[in-house]
Amino acid sequence: MSNVPADLKYTKSHEWVRTLANGDVEVGITDHAQGALGDLVFVEVPDAGKTLKAGDAFAVVESVKAASDVYAPVAGAVLEGNPALGSQPELINTEPYGGGWIARLKPAGALSGLLSAAEYQAHLAAEG
Amino acid sequence: MGRHTPLYDLHVEQGARMVDFGGWDMPVNYGSQIEEHHAVRRDAGIFDVSHMCVIDARGARVREFFSKLLANDVAKLTVSGKALYSCMLNEAGGVIDDLIVYFLNESWFRVVVNAGTRDKDLAWMRGIAAQYGVELTERTDLAMLAVQGPNARAKVAQLLPAEHRDAALALEVFFGRELGPWFVARTGYTGEDGFEIVLPADEAARVWRALNGHGVKSAGLGARDTLRLEAAMNLYGNDMDESQNPLESGLAWTVSFDDPARDFVGRKALESLKAAGLAKKFVALLLEDRGVLRGHQKVVVAGLPEGENAGEITSGTFSPTMEKSIALARVPRAAGASVQVDVRGKLLNARVVKAPFVRHGKILVS
Repeated sequence: MSNVPADLKYTKSHEWVRTLANGDVEVGITDHAQGALGDLVFVEVPDAGKTLKAGDAFAVVESVKAASDVYAPVAGAVLEGNPALGSQPELINTEPYGGGWIARLKPAGALSGLLSAAEYQAHLAAEG
Repeated sequence: MGRHTPLYDLHVEQGARMVDFGGWDMPVNYGSQIEEHHAVRRDAGIFDVSHMCVIDARGARVREFFSKLLANDVAKLTVSGKALYSCMLNEAGGVIDDLIVYFLNESWFRVVVNAGTRDKDLAWMRGIAAQYGVELTERTDLAMLAVQGPNARAKVAQLLPAEHRDAALALEVFFGRELGPWFVARTGYTGEDGFEIVLPADEAARVWRALNGHGVKSAGLGARDTLRLEAAMNLYGNDMDESQNPLESGLAWTVSFDDPARDFVGRKALESLKAAGLAKKFVALLLEDRGVLRGHQKVVVAGLPEGENAGEITSGTFSPTMEKSIALARVPRAAGASVQVDVRGKLLNARVVKAPFVRHGKILVS
């Protein structure tokens, strides 16, 4: 069973969102997503300053098996991509909710349309 | 639900992620594909290849049958146990399948074909076998394990009864022999030394666990794919199929034209293709920019006219041993030492290198 921390928000496309103390957000992919992808070998993170709409493909994660897009859970501007993933893409496998964060964003408004941990867990169960 | 090998329950018990492969539910990894890959390069790993199809061919004219059926020449098989890698072609020279055939005696050859092609292979082979009075038997009573890596042979030998141990260790590369109820061959699909073992299905789980107990790591199809690609070994359905000929698939070395009297299926078509001039060649690529090469990505060759400048990646991956992306590709014959690949809309630089990339634990490409 994959780990779904209670204090984060989620999307149906398996991203997580953490609201930081200053109101910025940190975004990554869930434990379930990294497990399905397998060993990550290459991550393309977005450049700072890029403006995103919710649902935009803003990063690429590639495992040994396949490449997948990562979608912006909220609209906003990219503050930074995680520089550590360039040399250590496996951080997404080992610490999906910690050192494996993909980008930090300044959200364009209030967060909306995200799932709670319980709702995301129900979504995973329904996806089988 | 797909078909199950005799080891299905054991894979599930060991936590494998199961995927569909050619209609079979097979383990893609048991945790980390990269760790499984390194285990095979550095020590020993075990793969379930029971989905592959073992066929015994028997009859007085069995050698003649294979001489007609296969693009490689079974006349090379003079010593019992010797194996030969070959393509089986259609009349147009397209590849129906690639396979390994073992010469056991003048009335018994054994052939191992791919899982996803077994039904069409058997139908094709039976059509030709009938003309030679050869009987083909699909050995669904057997399982097949591939134990691969620098320490694989020694670890398998520890499990063998004392009377078979020396015989197994004495097997030369690309030879197999019967050892009691087992057929043991020094073959594989990883670029490492090792054995492939064909054994009664009901023994497979016990042997697997015993090998695990000797430190042989369970490995899935994911690692099998990265290992074979580092070894630059073709995968049927990706690198070649019925729409491609072996000469433009990196398999010219497996086609034997030496005996002018041997009229193997597909020979005339290949000779016409050669006479007309081949348009493509098959190359190994090393990605110089950051990214990952994947099958079906477009290869672009600078300096060639539009319409004649494109090729295609047939297999691509990230090489765990080299920590770079590698690929096999079919490209215009005029391509030089560097090409570009369209990776998700960006043209990345790749270099044509000499295959294989990795063999016996060593990186051969700089």
